[in-house]
Amino acid sequence: MNRTFLVILGAFLTIAFSLSGLVLIPNWQFQEHKPVVNPRDGSQYPAPYYGLALQGRDVYVDQGCAYCHTQQVRPKGYGGDIRRNWGNRRTVARDYMYEYPILLGTMRTGPDLANIGARQPARDWHYLHLYNPQITSAGSVMPRYQYLFRTVKAGELVPAGAIPLPAAFQAEGTHIVPTARGEQLVEYLRAQNRTFPLPEAKQ
Amino acid sequence: MSNVPEGPAESRLEQVSRILIDDSSRVPVLIWFTSSVIWLLLGSLAAMISSIKLHHPDFLGGIEWLTFGRIRPVHLDIVFFGWSSMAAVGALLWLQARLCHVRLPWPLLLSGLAMVWNVGVVVGSVAVLAGHGSSIEYLEFPAYCAPFFAVPALGVLAANVKMYLGKNSQHTYVSQWYLLAATVWLPILYVTAMLCTYFGLVQGVSQAITNWWFGHNALGLWVTPIAVATAYYLIPKVTGRPVHSYHLSLLGFWSLAIFYNWAGTHHLTGGPLPAWTITVGVVGSMMMFIPVITVAINHHMTMRGVFHMLKTSPTLRFTVFGSFMYTVASFQGSLEALRSHQEITHFTQYTIGHAHLGLYGFFSMIMFGAMYYIFPRITNNEWSSARLIKVHFWGSSIGVLAYGIGLCWAGWWQGLMMNDPSIPFLQTVEYVKPYLILRSVSGAGMTIAHIAFAISVWRILSRHHFVMSGPTLFTTERPAWREFVNEQNKREEMAQ
Repeated sequence: MNRTFLVILGAFLTIAFSLSGLVLIPNWQFQEHKPVVNPRDGSQYPAPYYGLALQGRDVYVDQGCAYCHTQQVRPKGYGGDIRRNWGNRRTVARDYMYEYPILLGTMRTGPDLANIGARQPARDWHYLHLYNPQITSAGSVMPRYQYLFRTVKAGELVPAGAIPLPAAFQAEGTHIVPTARGEQLVEYLRAQNRTFPLPEAKQ
Repeated sequence: MSNVPEGPAESRLEQVSRILIDDSSRVPVLIWFTSSVIWLLLGSLAAMISSIKLHHPDFLGGIEWLTFGRIRPVHLDIVFFGWSSMAAVGALLWLQARLCHVRLPWPLLLSGLAMVWNVGVVVGSVAVLAGHGSSIEYLEFPAYCAPFFAVPALGVLAANVKMYLGKNSQHTYVSQWYLLAATVWLPILYVTAMLCTYFGLVQGVSQAITNWWFGHNALGLWVTPIAVATAYYLIPKVTGRPVHSYHLSLLGFWSLAIFYNWAGTHHLTGGPLPAWTITVGVVGSMMMFIPVITVAINHHMTMRGVFHMLKTSPTLRFTVFGSFMYTVASFQGSLEALRSHQEITHFTQYTIGHAHLGLYGFFSMIMFGAMYYIFPRITNNEWSSARLIKVHFWGSSIGVLAYGIGLCWAGWWQGLMMNDPSIPFLQTVEYVKPYLILRSVSGAGMTIAHIAFAISVWRILSRHHFVMSGPTLFTTERPAWREFVNEQNKREEMAQ
């Protein structure tokens, strides 16, 4: 009979122990993280998302981008992340202090996005890429996110916000305009910039 | 602890009591099992859609609900919550009742809890397809789905403890420890992870640690112990040989309990975490060699001299295949946790290959073995066709091996290419494509196997397919299904 409680107690203790060691103690350690102030313009890094970028995070989550893209740069000398120009330094815990939910990702079917905003600052690049990845990255297996765009029949006039599609991808007399969700997602992607130097991330 | 589930010389009383025990677990176990088989089919469907989309991204392209980023987590969640967990609960209820020599308590409640669980999987899957998923692997289902899993998990724990406390058997068999511990672990893991994730109890990268603390332990401390317990029961039971070593099984259990739950952080190697958290995960993964080797020795040595039975017994063949894959996938997993290995394989298809060798090659195959053993005993019927079982076995085993080996091979080279910045990224995408097609093909093989299995299950449940004569072995010849029905109809006509 005592064995029953030995097993139950043992099972409980082992799991409580690892929860404390892996989750609760590090979380308590991370509480001391503070943002760094940029001396040039007084802005802080990291900063929480706001506006369209904040809304765009929900689009990133609901489309499941994280299943093919990571948002983490591994240290110099460990993997090819920095040599591939996916970041100028490794990412560290402080980079993510405002991320909720955190979207580190585990799979690189596509490239890392931790600094995609620094690599591709132009909105149009993102719009073309999302509308049809083959325009910017031929051979990609990324799906086309055409439901984040709407088609406008506008004849001669180019409607505001129309994306600069190459002629081969554009139907006669129509223009493609991003929807609100498309704009939000692109602002979120453009906000992915973890290049600001942090003292603990020398590599 | 005794080394054999039940003694070889069985009294009439024991036979009768066993019939009563199986009778008590019939309805709940059938509901948990049948639900799991339906989820297996739906999970395979979601898997096929995801897999095809990876090499043909325009397949079903315009439908937002089926976009890769939604159907892929739905596949994972259906397979984890729907198939794996429900099959595991069915097996554990049946096993614990048998091993404790008690009737299953609260059969109606446990059946109801299965339906609650089903509702949870349906609601969660629809939510993810509609875009309400959280993108947190294994925890995609929104917070409002949590009660649908937490309450049944607690109910199963209560039933398990009740059986264990009221047991009529004098001995405790090693399987019972695994089963009891697993039912303690699941609710703690799930409720804690949901609270931390959805109620902001942890911030920043601690969320990622919580994610993998749960994701890894859900496999290692929930479905793994149940499959190990099942194999510990089925192998001696079918072969009629005692388990090789009692002391080893003890060591195996406690080393799993102590080390496994620290291993999850190896999913974050190279990530933005303090180095020590990863080191702990690597150490935990290395220590897993102990429980894995003990279980491997115990299962293999029990089989020594009776390997010929694999030719005839479906239960044994599935279970031993699964048990063997436990050793293979665990060794691979431990090595994979090393930093030098992760540098190459992290973020590649290698991980996906490994996951399927584990959850499918090991866990699912043992569950198939268990179902081939348990269904006839609770339906008082036999499997209708050895041919269907053969299709199931070969489709599943060849499918998962081709899948696992193909993706691990592809992932290894994909990782090496990705670490070499002189190779353009898109070239890694091109390189993997043929292996992704191989994945769809092997996935199709596994899906065909599941359909064959589902037909078998449907027939054993259906009153129209009574098979009265002896167990169905791989060597058993049964009249074709059509002839069966005709014969049945004739008999009915004669009776009238």
